[in-house]
Order: sequence, then structure tokens, then C-alpha cells
Amino acid sequence: MARKRLITAVNDALVAEMERDEKLIVFGEDVELAIMGDTRGLVGRFGRDRVRNSPICEQTLTGMAVGLASAGYRVVLHLMFNNFIYTGMDAIGNQMAKLRLMTGGQMELPITVIAGYGGGNSNAAQHSDTAYPALMNLGGLRVAVPTNSADAKGLFTTAVRGRTPTFFLEAAGRGGEMGEVPDGEHLVPFGQADVLREGDDVTVVAIGTMVKPTLRAAKALADDGISAEVIDPRTLVPLDEDTILGSVAKTGRLVVVDEARDRCSAASQIAAVVADRGFASLRAPVRRVTVPDVALPYARNAEAALIPSPERIADAVRHVTQKQFA
Amino acid sequence: MATPGTDVRGHTAVTDLDLYERMLLIRRAEERLIVACTDGSLPGGVHLYIGEEAVAVGACAVMTDDDFVTSTHRGHGHFLAKGGDLDAMFAEIWGRATGICKGMGGSMHVADVSKGILGANGIVGAGFAIATGAAWGAKLAGQGRVATCFFGDGAANQGSFMESMNVSAAWDLPTVFVCEDNGVSEFTVTSTVSGGPLVERARAFMPATVVDGNDVHAVRDAVGEAVERARAGGGPSYVEATTYRIRGHLEAEQHMLGGGTYRTDDDIAAWQADDKDPIARLATRLLAEGTCPREDLDAIDAAVRNRVEAAVAFAEASPPADPELAHTIMFGPA
Repeated sequence: MARKRLITAVNDALVAEMERDEKLIVFGEDVELAIMGDTRGLVGRFGRDRVRNSPICEQTLTGMAVGLASAGYRVVLHLMFNNFIYTGMDAIGNQMAKLRLMTGGQMELPITVIAGYGGGNSNAAQHSDTAYPALMNLGGLRVAVPTNSADAKGLFTTAVRGRTPTFFLEAAGRGGEMGEVPDGEHLVPFGQADVLREGDDVTVVAIGTMVKPTLRAAKALADDGISAEVIDPRTLVPLDEDTILGSVAKTGRLVVVDEARDRCSAASQIAAVVADRGFASLRAPVRRVTVPDVALPYARNAEAALIPSPERIADAVRHVTQKQFA
Repeated sequence: MATPGTDVRGHTAVTDLDLYERMLLIRRAEERLIVACTDGSLPGGVHLYIGEEAVAVGACAVMTDDDFVTSTHRGHGHFLAKGGDLDAMFAEIWGRATGICKGMGGSMHVADVSKGILGANGIVGAGFAIATGAAWGAKLAGQGRVATCFFGDGAANQGSFMESMNVSAAWDLPTVFVCEDNGVSEFTVTSTVSGGPLVERARAFMPATVVDGNDVHAVRDAVGEAVERARAGGGPSYVEATTYRIRGHLEAEQHMLGGGTYRTDDDIAAWQADDKDPIARLATRLLAEGTCPREDLDAIDAAVRNRVEAAVAFAEASPPADPELAHTIMFGPA
């Protein structure tokens, strides 16, 4: 074990996987200087054949990833920000997500796409989106949202070794957060949620960036005698429905915290799953704590007012745990 | 039957009779699809390549199974010319479990990865980037493989045309861009929506040439030069093949046009004449040169027709697609 920044954990996993598999190629916008930090040092170590700055042309980069994978390579494509997923969307939605099915299983596409998501840094609306709801809806894509250094290493390694296109979404601005990371090979399987805090009164599913404010809220709620169980799903596709349902069976209450916009958010999906499969357990309405259906503004106070805060999360928990639902 | 996919480098010479037979196979197969489409045998639509056979056949004559191609909506010709199996293609178009894509893709998505056929594609222009990525892989592997992108003049107005030529040129990739200029973008005359000659767009990045796309030798020679350059590390090339689409954008398009037209019957008839049609032109040349007598060409035609009927029989005798597959093959193993 060693304490490492989240971004360093990803970098470690990349180095290890590139050493393990010489057909692993990393490309994308500014990966050589590693503006986002996760690809730092790779070009010096592995050379420009395997680590390469691309032109800025997302619709071609995503398609190239498909072609390169078809030619027998493992591909890591860095798209920097979730918003650039939109400019690269054709090959994501029409090729990556679908070609395995459309070719009758002939085409394996071991592609990992890295992109930062979320606000909180005054990057304004075109660099702050949380795009995973759109990806979740395409079918054929796996989506990972690591929230700590150990999971970042473990989920990234699993993503790269997989045989299905996977989006590895990094919380923007959180790469510097420290955490314990297992030494050597470390894999975290997809579809296995992590129960970060056990509790009896309410289940709070916190996605990605929302884990931190949720844990803060849970601590404050504990002071008031409310015991919250906090679950980090770690991957949204596949989603560990059983762990969430098992927790709701115990607590009877569900709050889902998500930095995506409310409409069709991952929170909406999780709420629907629990309504479908766990209705009999529920003793209170499900509450979603999300970003309203607006773009994130630039001004720090205006942005902060929209992103779920510990206070908003705690309010939602207090609502579902009030006496009328006992 | 000759085996398509032999190599211009002389490993196995592709004879004129091979070229003739391959073009004829595409023609007869698609004529049979018109019948099947009309009699309701097919679950979905088909986009036919009739009239453009010389492009796929000429170009693929200089490739091997190890080379990659990306194709278009109109992919039957590329599939067959690159060595795809007719039985498996028909079974696919009939929606059967024995189809090359197990009935999951259909006419617009025939692919055979084992033959380097990375698929026909329903998104106009999607092949640019896929071929460029495959070309990058080919270059990294260092075995002299190339990736050829077949596309139409309609696709040339997609932004990824420029983007993919740019990457291919900047990185000296073995990408061969083969434009099938048939003059129409679906139901719109391309000249009404395009600024400037397409070939000039390509010239900004790479060697670019325009050839008679209905002359199979001209296509073979131009693409052959481009492929040789790519194999030798000389980077990408562009070949524009002037041709014509005899059938509609898709079969039964008249039901969608509401009585409107985007070209005249005279235009179509002119391109169907023996001095324009790629198959008739090659036949005329073979007969004039005394390469073979008329009876030999007729015998090839008879064999091809039998082959096509056998493929229909195979498709019709095949079990329907397995609906469960959609659930089991969408995701790869973890």
C-alpha cells in the first residue's frame, strides 16, 4: 500500500498495462504533455508509436479508435472533457456501441475512453458536463466512475483488459486527491458496488463526484441520530443492482446523489430500478439529489448553487426519514 | 471460381476473366436481390451497386485478405470483391442465423473481419475514420498492409473526410481513399450541394487522381499504384472513380419520392449502354482482343447465375436469426 494521488494511480495502471501488452496504444488530445496528468511520462517511456498527440478532431478520433481496435490493438483514447464526447458522438453511438452486435459478434473493440466530467472549477458549461446518462443509454458501452485512488487503479486496469468499449470518467479537478493504493496488480471488477459507510435508516447511493459531499452529509446526519448507508456504485454499466436493493431492503429508504442533470440521470435509472424491484421495501418516496435541468454557469457562486451540496443531500435524507414515513 | 483477394505484387495474377467473373457475380447477385425485394422475401431494404462494379472489383484486385476495407451503404460489391462469401451474405440479407453477421446487421452492414472487411456502414462517411484507424494499426504492425476506404461523393461532404485525410497525411498512414463518384448524394445531385471539385480537396493532402470508374483496368491500375505507395511507406492516396448508380438510392425508392425525380430516365439509359456499362465494356474488350470466345463468357454467366441461385437456396433453407443473440453478444466478456 502507498498513498497516491488518484491521477498517479491511473498513470501507474497505464504504465503497467503498456508494459504488459505491447499492443496497447494511447492517443488523444495532448496526451504527450499529459495536460490531465494521467498520461504523464508515457511518451518518454514507450515512444511516439504508442503514445501520440492527435489533431483536435473528435469525430475522427473516436472512429479511429474503432479502426485501430479492429486492426488488433488495445486502445486508450483520451478525450479530455465529457463535453468532447458530444463532438465525437457518431463513432461512439453508431460504431463503438453497436458493431459487436451488428457484426454478429465478429468485432471485438477493446477501447477505453478517458474523459473528465463534472463542475466545481468555474470551467463553464462546455467543460463541465456529466455525460454518462447519454452513454448509459447507448447500450454496448461500459461506464466506470472511480472515486478514489485504489478504485481508479483497479477499475482502469479492468477497463483496459476488457473486450468491450469502456468509458473511464474522471472527476474533473479531483485528480490530486490522495488515497491508499494496493501495490502491484490490482483489479476491481465491474458491477460491484462499494459500501462506504454502513447505516440503518436510509440508503444513499452517491455517484462519482458526489461521494465526497455525501460522506460529509452522512457524518452530519449521524450527529442528529440518522444512520445513513452510503453506497458508491463504482460502475454505472454494469450496475450492481443487488447491493443497492439489499441495502434498501434493510433501510426502506433511498436517496440517490448524482451530478448529472436531473432528467434521465443515472439517479433516475437507479430510482427506477428500486421502484421496479424493491417497491415492497420502500417506506418513503425515493429522492434524487441532482443538478437541475440547466447548464452550469461560470460564476463560482452560481455554479455551486446547482451542484448537490452536503446540505442539500442532508435535507433530502431528513425528508425521507421524517416521522410521517416511519 | 477464382479466389478474390490475390495480390498485384504478382503472388497470383488476377486475370481479366477473373475480373469479369467477379463483376458479373456482383451484378447477378444484385439483380436477384431486386427480385427478392419485390416479392417480399427480404425483411429490410437494399442499396444496390449495379453499374459501379468496376470500382470494387478493380480496387480489390490489388489487395489481399490481410488488407482492410471499409464500405458504404452500398456494400455488397465491396464485400464480394474482397472475398466475402455469397452464401453468408445472402443469408444475412435474408435475416438468417447463417448470415455473415448472424442476421444482426443485414444488407447495409455486411462485414467479414477475417477477410479484412470491416463492414458496410449505415452512417454516410463513417468509414473515413475507421479506415484511418485501421491504417494506423497496419503501419504500427509494419507488415505492409493497407486500409482502403470506399466512399461516395455524398460522404465527401462529411467533415471527417478532411479530418481523416489530415491524420493520414500527417502520420504517413497507408490509407487509400477510393471515392465512388456517382454524382448523387442519396436523392440529391451532389453538384448542387458541393463547393469545388472533390479531387482538389484531396490534393491538399496527398497524391490524388481521377479515373474512369467504369473501366476496371483503369481502377485497378490507379488503386494499384496507390496501394503500392502505401505498402512502401509512401503514405495515403486518393483515387476518384467516376461512375454511375443505375438503381435508386435504395430499392423501391419511387415509393418515397412521391412522384418527384432527381435525374432522368435518359441519364440512366445512357450509363446502361454497352459503351458505358463496366461489364459490357470488359466483355467487348475481351472479345476484340480474342482473349476468349463469346461462348466462354456465356459459360461464366451461366455458372455465376447458378452460384447465385444456390446462394438463394442456402439463405431460404437457413434457420431464422436467434433473437437471444441481441442479449448475449452486445457486450464482450468482461
